[in-house]
Amino acid sequence: MAAQVAAVCAGAPLLTGMMRQVRARLEGRAGAGVGQPWRDLRKLMRKEAVTPQGTGPAFRMAPLLLVATTAVVAALVPLASTATPAGGSSDLILVVALLALGTVALALAGLDTGTAFGGMGASREMTVAALVEPTILLAVFALSMPSGSTNLAAIVSGGLRDPDRLASPAGLLATAALAVAVLAETGRLPVDNPTTHLELTMVHEAMVLEYAGPDLALVELGAQMRLAVLLGLLASLAAPWGIATTARPAAVALALLLLAVKVAVLGAVLAAAEVFWAKLRLFRVPELLAGSFLLALLAVTASYFLTGE
Amino acid sequence: MSLLRKIRDTGRVAEDAPPRPTGTPPRAARDLGGSAQVRCVDAGSCNGCEIEIAAAFGPVHDAERYGARLVASPRHADVALVTGPVTRNMAEPLRRTVAAMPRPRLVVAVGDCAIDCGEFAGGYGIEGTVADVVPTDLQVPGCPPEPEAIVAALRTVTGR
Repeated sequence: MAAQVAAVCAGAPLLTGMMRQVRARLEGRAGAGVGQPWRDLRKLMRKEAVTPQGTGPAFRMAPLLLVATTAVVAALVPLASTATPAGGSSDLILVVALLALGTVALALAGLDTGTAFGGMGASREMTVAALVEPTILLAVFALSMPSGSTNLAAIVSGGLRDPDRLASPAGLLATAALAVAVLAETGRLPVDNPTTHLELTMVHEAMVLEYAGPDLALVELGAQMRLAVLLGLLASLAAPWGIATTARPAAVALALLLLAVKVAVLGAVLAAAEVFWAKLRLFRVPELLAGSFLLALLAVTASYFLTGE
Repeated sequence: MSLLRKIRDTGRVAEDAPPRPTGTPPRAARDLGGSAQVRCVDAGSCNGCEIEIAAAFGPVHDAERYGARLVASPRHADVALVTGPVTRNMAEPLRRTVAAMPRPRLVVAVGDCAIDCGEFAGGYGIEGTVADVVPTDLQVPGCPPEPEAIVAALRTVTGR
């Protein structure tokens, strides 16, 4: 479990660097290299911390809360092994609540700065979050029905024992719904553009405009870890092959290696797809998320009717 | 599909990296370690320099490969690229932008106007050069400066 958290922390900036590199190559550029996010974080940690006038505890606590909740999620989710000490408490509802806590902390920080863009970003983020969280819940509920438990470790080991479950209509619909929800939750295209410079089009970036130095490093690390954890969760639920069901070091090491490969492939596909996509107009985003919610709902209905229970 | 074909036919458009510039980096640049977030400030420029900065960050010159990246907020920035003679209306915003950047920070004056007011020297709306308003660390002469010169200045800062 400790190895899993360490792998997520160390690997998340590399994942972001790799995705930027894939994008740069497709755009005909040379790219800054896979290690650039780590260089950025190292530099930010050395810089002076700035606390804007009039900000309170919400602003100071948010980066710590964001990284802490994401690290706990990384420990809970069965990414490498289903037999972790925390496996018993890796409940789906707890995981979604922890993710929401990080989102809310950052939204409060955006409000706390008192700038126009901070408040605008916070209101948009909450709109998106309110539509995304039920979709994640419902999609994983559909996957949890055959296992009869909302425990993620039980769902993943159920998928390992019975791979037919993953290719069932319910499994496919739930995976599609979850993929859209992950895109929205991590602020990628087509919901939010992570590389934008236009404040009016920002969602996630608008909330963190006032952070500087070590605080900004934590916010960036937190966002990168969320992307890595959610892509890892998607990989574990949709393609659980190779995940260890014991705590033997050799099996866990192999599982971590496979996890890195799976997440890297997902990240590369996402980065390549982003070259072809444009950002959706903000008022169209709820339509996209409602569509993914509908898929999740159909997944739940399908798993109810088609299993005939 | 046509975009896919375009990507395949275009291939890599970035030019090969020129040799690393030899100039000694300013003191503040030593802590950056190969990463510099850049905030552009137009203090009254004719937009000629902005076009060249956009070209420096475009696919051909690709300043991003040396670790420089444009950001949207001075709080995230290490380097301020200031263009144009400083007009009376932009003097205070420029001071505040530089004050909002966390230390260590650098100010790079881009273009002849930023260095000595150029064509606009003595104009009634002009407060002075960039160095008159905020302390500057580097200068990029030219009217407008070539993208290669802007990239070289950024490489001096990032050390890559």
